[in-house]
Amino acid sequence: MADTPQDRRPTVVADGVDVVYRVNGTGAGRGTATAALNRMLRRKQTEKASGVRRVHAVRNVSFVAYRGEAIGLIGTNGSGKSTLLKAVAGLLPVENGHIYTDGQPSLLGVNAALMADLTGERNVLLGGLAMGMSREEVKARYQDIVDFSGINEKGDFITLPMRTYSSGMAARLRFSIAAAKDHDVLLVDEALATGDRSFQKRSEARIRELRKHAGTVFLVSHNNKSIRDTCDRVLWLERGELRMDGPTDEVLKEYEKFTGASR
Amino acid sequence: MSQALDTPPAASARPEPPETDLAALAARHGLTVSGARPPLGAYVRQLWGRRHFILAFSQAKLTAQYSKAKLGQLWQVATPLLNAAVYFFIFGLLLGARKGIPSDVYVPFLVTGVFVFTFTQSSVLAGVRAISGNLGLVRALHFPRASLPISFALQQLQQLLFSMIVLVVIMIGFRSYPDASWLLVVPALALQFVFNTGLALIFARMGSKTPDLAQLMPFVLRTWMYASGVMFSIPAMLEDKNVPAWLADVLQWNPAAVYMDLVRFALIDQYDSSYLPPHVWAFALGWAVLAGVVGFVYFWKAEERYGRG
Repeated sequence: MADTPQDRRPTVVADGVDVVYRVNGTGAGRGTATAALNRMLRRKQTEKASGVRRVHAVRNVSFVAYRGEAIGLIGTNGSGKSTLLKAVAGLLPVENGHIYTDGQPSLLGVNAALMADLTGERNVLLGGLAMGMSREEVKARYQDIVDFSGINEKGDFITLPMRTYSSGMAARLRFSIAAAKDHDVLLVDEALATGDRSFQKRSEARIRELRKHAGTVFLVSHNNKSIRDTCDRVLWLERGELRMDGPTDEVLKEYEKFTGASR
Repeated sequence: MSQALDTPPAASARPEPPETDLAALAARHGLTVSGARPPLGAYVRQLWGRRHFILAFSQAKLTAQYSKAKLGQLWQVATPLLNAAVYFFIFGLLLGARKGIPSDVYVPFLVTGVFVFTFTQSSVLAGVRAISGNLGLVRALHFPRASLPISFALQQLQQLLFSMIVLVVIMIGFRSYPDASWLLVVPALALQFVFNTGLALIFARMGSKTPDLAQLMPFVLRTWMYASGVMFSIPAMLEDKNVPAWLADVLQWNPAAVYMDLVRFALIDQYDSSYLPPHVWAFALGWAVLAGVVGFVYFWKAEERYGRG
């Protein structure tokens, strides 16, 4: 493995990134009508006084990710991991700083494009198209997607509406659709936690396969074992700040100490 | 595997930001800013690349709408039919707004107006929620965001085609039989579709910034409907009102009235060109081009900002 940064190709560069959410209808007036009126009339006021809450989800995070790396993102709930991933994917605008990427990073997730009232069959097509596959590509991979999800193991479920699926079945189908595409920079958000044990094993194998094709993989997980199995570098976020960045073992050791102590 | 940054693995101390200039590093390796807005030409090409998604999404929305109902997709036709019946009952029978229109023309006149106006109305309403109601999708996947409002306008077009089935039956029932002039429906509705898509794009951007529009727009649209002559003929209504003649033309040049009149003119035998304002096709084209171009550019200008909470 090359050791000097000069001959390694960066795929994602985050330069002092801040992400801020703005939430209407909170704060002083707690969403009452008068508070809303106040907000409209006194536009020039500071955001806090006008009832808009700013949630500073990611604070001044900088890192460089290189081709061939698998990077784990850890941190307690609400520490900004998913937000950071979305910002890297270019799906959430950053408040300050810049994120530079090589190619188009894609989030492994297709949930939002799927419709519970449609059959699994149509959702495979819709999800595939939403991820940017062509009609032909989806058709060519259709059988693989269905087989991988194992939806049809217990009967012909793929032709039923997705609202009739159990939560585990739906999650399996979603993962199978999302994992059907190859990506340059792949961002995985807690996807390995779904399904039963045999499906989890299959999806871990699929992630490793995707990693071979993808330049760089980011993985958010609360499962330290799956981080240890898949990642060689870990970013630890706490309260939106990058607390540690280093080899998996070192960071996980500190993280386990931290979570153990705070219990 | 080696470490990328030489950050000391100290537990509590935050790593110092690296000394090297990250922006320069990114530039040296040809990295681009994530989520930046593409130039207009590239944007159009991206959108064209997503045409299958746009179509599939609109069809999926259309199907999902009635998938829980017992009568299922039959509601696609039953809903416009019931709509027409309600308006006929109120304006045809109770209020008698059929002034200046022969009574055997009134029902086709009214139903055409309702269907054509509903097409614009529901496209605008769907447009307002196109981004703000699909934030999950916008925050999870990459695609040109204009796909959403366009897809919703396309869904309304397909909905309209179901309404047209009802309309043909009503026309034949009131002795307006198919002839060559019916073909004029195609360009009229095509222009209206472009106009609607433009409006949907404009309102999608406004609605993404101010979701409150979803509460406000139904009232604006209802006012527009009553002013556009959905259930009465504008020139006949103003005839004895002692208003300047140009006022009728101006009212009839409003886009909703233009498209309604054109479809009526095409379908209803007795609704001849004397009911149409001058230069009506030019206005139909002009409104479509204006709304389409302005809407598209206006929407594209905020492309990178959709999805902020």
